[in-house]
Amino acid sequence: MRRVVITGAGTVNALALDVPGTLAAMAEGRSGIGPLTFPEVERLSIGIGAQVRGFDPDMHFDPQKRALYDPFTQYALVAAREAMAMAGLGQVARPEGWGCIMGTAGGGNHTINDAYRAVYAEGRNRVHPFTVPRLMPNAAAAHIAMQFGLQGPSFAVSTACASSNHAIGLAYQMVRGGVAEGMLTGGSEAMLNFGGLKAWEGLRVMSPDGCRPFSQTRNGMVQGEGAGVFVIETLESAEARGAEPLAEIRGFAMSSDAGDIVMPSVDGASRAIRAALDDAGLSPDEIGYINAHGTGTAANDRTECLAIRQVFGAAAERVMLSSTKAMHGHCIGATGAVELLACLMALRDGLIAPTINFEASDPDCDLDVVPNVARAAQVEAVLTNAFAFGGMNAVLALSRV
Amino acid sequence: MRSDVQDKIFDIIAREALRDPAELTTETTLDELGLDSLGLVEVIFAIEESFGVTVPFNANEPGKAEFDISSIGAITRAVEHLLAGTRPAQAVA
Repeated sequence: MRRVVITGAGTVNALALDVPGTLAAMAEGRSGIGPLTFPEVERLSIGIGAQVRGFDPDMHFDPQKRALYDPFTQYALVAAREAMAMAGLGQVARPEGWGCIMGTAGGGNHTINDAYRAVYAEGRNRVHPFTVPRLMPNAAAAHIAMQFGLQGPSFAVSTACASSNHAIGLAYQMVRGGVAEGMLTGGSEAMLNFGGLKAWEGLRVMSPDGCRPFSQTRNGMVQGEGAGVFVIETLESAEARGAEPLAEIRGFAMSSDAGDIVMPSVDGASRAIRAALDDAGLSPDEIGYINAHGTGTAANDRTECLAIRQVFGAAAERVMLSSTKAMHGHCIGATGAVELLACLMALRDGLIAPTINFEASDPDCDLDVVPNVARAAQVEAVLTNAFAFGGMNAVLALSRV
Repeated sequence: MRSDVQDKIFDIIAREALRDPAELTTETTLDELGLDSLGLVEVIFAIEESFGVTVPFNANEPGKAEFDISSIGAITRAVEHLLAGTRPAQAVA
């Protein structure tokens, strides 16, 4: 099977509007979480989130195109451009050999929110003519494919909080198996609006005051938004182009709890972790860092730590684990893509992003969670976990090239 | 004698737990009824809708004393406090 590498990365999130800014924030342990600002936020019981700031669509898109782009598509396109530029690709050599797979949970959620507000709250009888092409969950993938002329397999993946990892994993399998020569892949999410958050509020899993993964004082998740997009291709093609591989994707695995629609299971998570290691041909001893799903809910963090202990055994005592969600928030369908950046930083820069807001250790989460301060450490291979509502789990394994 | 509030709460919880309200007592706990976390969130929602109150409840900290859910009687008292606009006394132990 062919070796698959990442040659470009791009992002927009609450920490920064590009990869260098995001990595700098992760290295500093800075948080992008703050008071939410959007219409009717005062009617929410949850007033904080990791909102993208300073993003000016007019800087990136001409007005006619922009009318077709929900914010989740805008974030994805800007991230894709950064990734393509980093990969040194203007256009791809053989368009039919390239495609785009993007994860998203909510699709064009702002467009849905705005259209519902117009017809239900304001009693208007007309919505914008592009409402459907803006809200459809495959819009981001479609516009990326259009922008770069990718004529091969393109589609959207929707597995809630695991969407990005599923998307990247499928793109990886396509390139590895020879179905595609290269792919743009990642995830995008933008549902920080009144309707989007009102729905989340109902589930009562959000924290009113902060995201504190693995800390004994944690009391829920904090929503974020943004996008992460990666250029992946065969090692051979990267070398032929003289492109520098940022990391190698070594393995991918998925599992389903087939249990509860919202409560995570140790067994489902541990099966995905173990299978990703098997697929990569790596042992727990070789993994230096795990980017945790680490949502900061009571249930996820306890379950995730148990699952890691179950698979890693003695190696769990020395593996570093961190959740970067305390910085960029839980970007839902984009979260795995944004978190993959922390994996690249670990592998390339030898710097482990911290779990910030860590206040007190919890006996249920007694792993090395790299509390509060980034740590210099040479790591050869990493895992990144995503465990979604629906009990759908997706774990990627990466290493230095 | 049961108050109206208590009757309504018995009805809500019985419906959610697929029981007859007659099977419930003020000492009954939600655990005994086999209500999971989603069932609990639905009970809270039904209480909010029925009584027109906002219940301070975070599924990450179900044991926090601000809204006592340790038994049906405790839930009834907590709702009565919400309706009266007073804070419940902190649970002892």
